[in-house]
Amino acid sequence: MGSVTAKNIKAGVLATIICGLLLVVSLSGCQETTPPVTEKVLIFACAGDADKLDPADVTDGESTARTDSIFEGLVEYKEGSAEIQPCLATSWVISPDGKNMTFTLRQGVKFHDGTDFNADAVVFSFERQYNTSHPYHQYGEWAYWGYMFSDIEKVEKIDNYTVKIQLSRPNAAIMTSLAMFTVAIVSPTNAEKWKEDAFKNPCGTGPFKFVEWVKDDHITVEAFDDYWRGATKLDKVIYRVITDPSARLLAIQAGEIHGMEFPDPASFATIQANTNLQLMTKEGMTVGYVALNCGYGYNDTNSNGMRDDDEPWVKTPGYFEPFTNKSVRQAINYAIDKESIVENLYKGTAIVAKNGMPPFMLGHNHNIVDYNYNPQKARMLLTQAGYPNGFNTTLWVMPVSRPYMFDPGKIGEAIQGYLAAVNITVEIFQIDWSTYLERTQAGEHPMCLLGWTGDNGDPDNFMNVLYGSNQCTLGTAGNVAFYNNTDVQELLSAALQTYDTAERARLYREAQEIIHEDAPFVYLAHANQNLVFRKNIQGFVLNPTARYFFYPVDIV
Amino acid sequence: MKWYIIKRLLQIIPVILGVTLIAFALIHLAPGDPVRTMLGQHATQQEIDEIRTKYGLDQPLYVQYFIWLSDVIRGDLGRSILTREHVTTEIAARFPNTIELSIAAMMFATIIGVVAGIISATKQYSIADYSMMGIALFGISMPVFWLGIMLMMIFGVFLGWLPIGGRIDLLIPFSRITGFMVVDSIITGNGAALISVLRHLILPAIALGTIPMAIIARTTRSSMLEVLRQDFIRTERAKGLSERKVIYKHAIRNALVPVVTVIGLNFGLLLSGAILTETVFSWPGVGRLVVDAVYARDYPLVIGCILVFALVFVIVNLITDILYTYIDPRIHYE
Repeated sequence: MGSVTAKNIKAGVLATIICGLLLVVSLSGCQETTPPVTEKVLIFACAGDADKLDPADVTDGESTARTDSIFEGLVEYKEGSAEIQPCLATSWVISPDGKNMTFTLRQGVKFHDGTDFNADAVVFSFERQYNTSHPYHQYGEWAYWGYMFSDIEKVEKIDNYTVKIQLSRPNAAIMTSLAMFTVAIVSPTNAEKWKEDAFKNPCGTGPFKFVEWVKDDHITVEAFDDYWRGATKLDKVIYRVITDPSARLLAIQAGEIHGMEFPDPASFATIQANTNLQLMTKEGMTVGYVALNCGYGYNDTNSNGMRDDDEPWVKTPGYFEPFTNKSVRQAINYAIDKESIVENLYKGTAIVAKNGMPPFMLGHNHNIVDYNYNPQKARMLLTQAGYPNGFNTTLWVMPVSRPYMFDPGKIGEAIQGYLAAVNITVEIFQIDWSTYLERTQAGEHPMCLLGWTGDNGDPDNFMNVLYGSNQCTLGTAGNVAFYNNTDVQELLSAALQTYDTAERARLYREAQEIIHEDAPFVYLAHANQNLVFRKNIQGFVLNPTARYFFYPVDIV
Repeated sequence: MKWYIIKRLLQIIPVILGVTLIAFALIHLAPGDPVRTMLGQHATQQEIDEIRTKYGLDQPLYVQYFIWLSDVIRGDLGRSILTREHVTTEIAARFPNTIELSIAAMMFATIIGVVAGIISATKQYSIADYSMMGIALFGISMPVFWLGIMLMMIFGVFLGWLPIGGRIDLLIPFSRITGFMVVDSIITGNGAALISVLRHLILPAIALGTIPMAIIARTTRSSMLEVLRQDFIRTERAKGLSERKVIYKHAIRNALVPVVTVIGLNFGLLLSGAILTETVFSWPGVGRLVVDAVYARDYPLVIGCILVFALVFVIVNLITDILYTYIDPRIHYE
């Protein structure tokens, strides 16, 4: 070291700089020697990586975006709709009492590992989720089972290609739920081979088979040659992770990717002006709302998901006297200008909501006349309710953007402004997301922003989950307005057990009328879903469930 | 020297214990819990309780810490709650990416920073000095996010010279051996991959290296100026040594000690991930991993990452301290 001379140092520094500069110049100049592309490879940019690739053990859209290429269920949604059609089951029969469903399975279907698809695979895929003594139950949390499939008592094999699903009570929503990713059929051989690591070695019957997963970078799937519908047009799909929306847009502009999710609404004009890009938009299965805490919830001590006689109504921690008054809640509905919020803060990529579920869903009540923006009437109602000088309260505002509310911070401020105009002074409260969910589900807020993205396309998944009094469970409430109206709950429970579609729709419409009158929520908007593709990508169809299916897609 | 290194290595143990204990306490004291994040809006109380029991989250905090510690001693950092992957696998999948980016960024920062600092110091109050220190000030004040997006827009979209983000063109076949993509493409003799990997490194390295570059330039300048005013420099000039010899042989070596400290500290920081650069350039590094883990309150993953970061930081510091003795032979460790 001691022999380093000044000349050496200088020469070294100079040489390094020159080499560095040469490298930069040569690398930026040279074209990458990409092999001649004979394969059709679609690169789709997602906003995040998958958590796991076991469809029954995930709750996030990023995981299902990948598993939907790899797995299939007994039934599936028709392209672009929330209606169901046969998939791995070719037909089914529901018993007269509505408690037994018998499925005939498709024959000649193979899993990616060569295993035959049959009744054993179906029973395996279900049983590992609900049977706590099943050897594979320990390898997952099965988060959706308790919440959507707990009415399933048993799934049994009748013969190699017939299975029976036995319900504890009739459930008209279960058929649509069976099209969810949660109950996709997995290869039992593959599960046995990988055991606790099956979540990163997925194997289904879908059009694409799993190739590799480089964490936080990409997941690759390739065409499955023996797919029962015939091979796909694409040879590969690569799901790339690009978390930043501006970076996603730059990547699609530069042609590095073919498609992307969640474009920033502020960039829509740029996208539409670009002749190489297409913006795809469809009404989303979401609702964003303000919930006004009506004051009472219950402790579900026996965890049965409904209120029993020995579970009394108790005040929520966020109990706030004025919101127990219907006139006050109606006044707040009149005081908020939803149209302006949708136009300016949802940037027009949403429709104004008047009910608690989107208008395209079964049983949506189109006849309800929404509360119009009328601050004067709001002030009048407040005076009638005994609050001529208004009051002070706190609005809980979500700290994160969700598919049903892109910019909760600004929406919170807008609502603060609207309510100030009717003498209600609102203080804004924010806390991190998981705590926000925990504390609003415990009823600690007087009023809060929240919303919902539908799981299965069934009205029950909005109405019962969000507005039923059974959902006023302190600590795990789905109904964060703690709105308890026994008439509404009776209608919703009856609707769930009615297989007659017209009758179901009528029951839901009636429930919406009562909810509208009681005004426990200010329904703000149903946000659209938006995707961007390069112009040469054809055949992609947006689905109300916001799931991505690349089977029909082609690069032209 | 040998004993010094052994002593320093032994000191790592209490440091790591302290760091993990504090991190463990802080993340558990923070509101929120991983089970809620995992179950989202669908949680039922029964599910929450079951999962909390399964991961031992219902145990008292000190019990959880000792269970974790005894696992760590056996070389097991546990599994992530959110992804069920081994924490070691999660970190190992990203760490090589972070190391490669950090090295590239520090090469950029050191070369440009030291050269600019020397030129500024030797030509104090010249136009070159003012403009370089102006650029350094600009570099320190520039938000990384903005710089990243600008670089991507200019070099990626408008000029089309360099890729927007990611580690490699995904259409190029590539086999992973060590996880270090530069190394892997050299080992496998994959020229196309090597070019692609290097091209993907340039913009993120510039974005990430700009702030350290500015700090290094300013440190080098002030350190050089201080040395140039010292008696031995005057003596050398009086002896009739050429100005070049004075600067490059005598001044630089004396001025380098604080510069190496700055480089070491910055390198240590970069190795614990650079969340903004990684986000803008879709770089699968440890910065994004740990931030996501904190948001999800994924306790085992957060603590595992902090353990690794603390280790790396301590080791980089040790290496820096050892380097001093080579740069300045007057420095001795007993």
